[in-house]
Amino acid sequence: MISKEYTILSAHGLHARPATVLIKLVKNYRSAVSLKKGDKEVRLNSLLNILSLTLKGGDVVTVLIDGEDEDVAAEAIDLFFTEQLKNL
Amino acid sequence: MITIQGIGVSAGIAIGRAFVVRKTENTVNDSILSTEAEIRSEIERFDIAVSISVTAIEAIMDQQPDLQDEDIAILETQIELINDPQIRTDVVALIEQHKKNAGHALTEVLRQIVSIFESMDDEYMRARSADVKDIGSRILANLNHAENIKINTLLPGTIIVAHDLSPSDTITMDVKLISGFVTGTGSKTSHTAIIAKSKSIPTVLGCGEVLGNIQTDDLIILDGLTGIVLINPDEDVISRYQIQMEGFKAKADELKQLKNIEAITIDGVKITLSANISNAADLEVVFENGGDGVGLLRTEMLFMDRDSFPTEDEQFEFYKQVALQSKGKPVIVRTIDIGGDKPLPYFNLPAELNPFLGYRAIRICLDRTDLFITQLKAILRASVLGDLKIMFPMISNVDEVRKAKQILSEAKKQLLAEDLSFNEHIPIGIMIEIPSAAIMADILAKEVDFFSIGTNDLCQYTLAVDRMNDKISHLYDPYVPGVLRLIDNVVQQGKKHNIYVGMCGEMASDPMATLLLMGMGLTDFSMSATSIPEIKKTIINNSVANAQILYHEVMAMDSSSDIIAHLKQAMQ
Repeated sequence: MISKEYTILSAHGLHARPATVLIKLVKNYRSAVSLKKGDKEVRLNSLLNILSLTLKGGDVVTVLIDGEDEDVAAEAIDLFFTEQLKNL
Repeated sequence: MITIQGIGVSAGIAIGRAFVVRKTENTVNDSILSTEAEIRSEIERFDIAVSISVTAIEAIMDQQPDLQDEDIAILETQIELINDPQIRTDVVALIEQHKKNAGHALTEVLRQIVSIFESMDDEYMRARSADVKDIGSRILANLNHAENIKINTLLPGTIIVAHDLSPSDTITMDVKLISGFVTGTGSKTSHTAIIAKSKSIPTVLGCGEVLGNIQTDDLIILDGLTGIVLINPDEDVISRYQIQMEGFKAKADELKQLKNIEAITIDGVKITLSANISNAADLEVVFENGGDGVGLLRTEMLFMDRDSFPTEDEQFEFYKQVALQSKGKPVIVRTIDIGGDKPLPYFNLPAELNPFLGYRAIRICLDRTDLFITQLKAILRASVLGDLKIMFPMISNVDEVRKAKQILSEAKKQLLAEDLSFNEHIPIGIMIEIPSAAIMADILAKEVDFFSIGTNDLCQYTLAVDRMNDKISHLYDPYVPGVLRLIDNVVQQGKKHNIYVGMCGEMASDPMATLLLMGMGLTDFSMSATSIPEIKKTIINNSVANAQILYHEVMAMDSSSDIIAHLKQAMQ
């Protein structure tokens, strides 16, 4: 299991559009991925649940990745949070 | 004529006939299921309705090849919502445990989600409840075999009037026929606003119940900037707006053409065009005008209109918003530039005979290190959220730079002790606006990562001219060889020491100076965002090779009048 913290690097936070991109990205991997903000944790397969975390710009979120391809998944997710999110 | 005030969300004027969209709610009965077989068939019916709904959206995406990225993103989001595993889990639970039929269960689940979204303390999330309702009515429509509303009989130039428009309504409409949108509900973050903006359709939302006054075929004028909607206006009002509309269109077309073109000269040199801004809200205009980043973020606004100095957290919030909204583009933050001419009510600065030669900017900061360190810590904390750089104003000697850097190290040390993160290697630069600094650019270049030339102060200090003084304001002239040689020295020393040199004074936005500065070797121009397109036009139509010839000619001339005449001629 991989656990990593990210700061949300977009002004409007993890809103519907980037969350959709993230869900589609995660679907490419077998690992189970969840997001955790504070003590609230949701599976990264439901847009509604992600939106309900109301992740805003500057918020810190923990990503938990568990599964056989967790290393490659973590790499892709890393790119999403550090680079792609800024432009979404 | 009736006038309605709404929220303008997409600028521009539209004049046209109204088409009023009236939607009927899908009705759902609350029949109860009795057998296990009925329950299974109800779940199956839900799954089929979901897959029909997804297929329908995918069909829209396939059939409309000219959809823009924004539209595709919205449709993909809708597919995600329709397929959301949480919605299915909740619907299935209601069907199985409470024996509700699929329509009833879905309505129940959606109502809960909508009420959660609407109660959130977040405008964006409240606006998302419209998306949830929209996908709900899609699935319900497919459960009930009801027809979705279709607007396909519009005449060109129609203005769509509706209480509310769902994302799929706006996207499935043929926008080529639509000249404007007016709705009763909605805000700047609704999908209608996003789509209207992406397609440059003038739009006014949030007009309220008064929209009931509009009938199909009424003549409507709407102003998407001011949010004003006029119903059945007089002839002279119409002609007045027609003139405005044409002016706006001409300007918007030109902007649009230039916006996505990179500022590259004919001979392939990329020139960076950034903007001078005062807060995060200004960034929107920067990107609309095709800016490459921020060459000067003034921080004075943060200190004005208040009763006391902003705390570190308050300042952090300001820089954070800028960093987050800058899309990863570079932002140069200038530390506070206050002084006798820009007083703060809570900071008692004694009146000075010569405020421009007085206690101001970095001089105050190096004296009141408590204030300086608070600002530096706040900027540093925001530096992990964007590509921020720090710039010190009013530098006249090397000791000031060294002292400022020392205080910056102290700020970093304090943040480390507080376990707060920051960009350890944040670039540091200085404003070159005092002649002494321009002359010793070779020495200063060894201390910093970049220079930014502030031509306004540099010009007035070099020529000893207060340009507010009408009697001598004609002497204020940046094209005097004395000023040009200083600027040239800064650019050449910057190149020699391999540090980046920008310009954030008024000269950067003067089209007459663009070629001369390009010929000198300046590659970074920062100006008010609205000046960017014009300067860009000059850059893309010229070459650095020609600019260099012009530069050598100008530097050999002895008076500003000759230089200005020559530059004007070169612009032709």
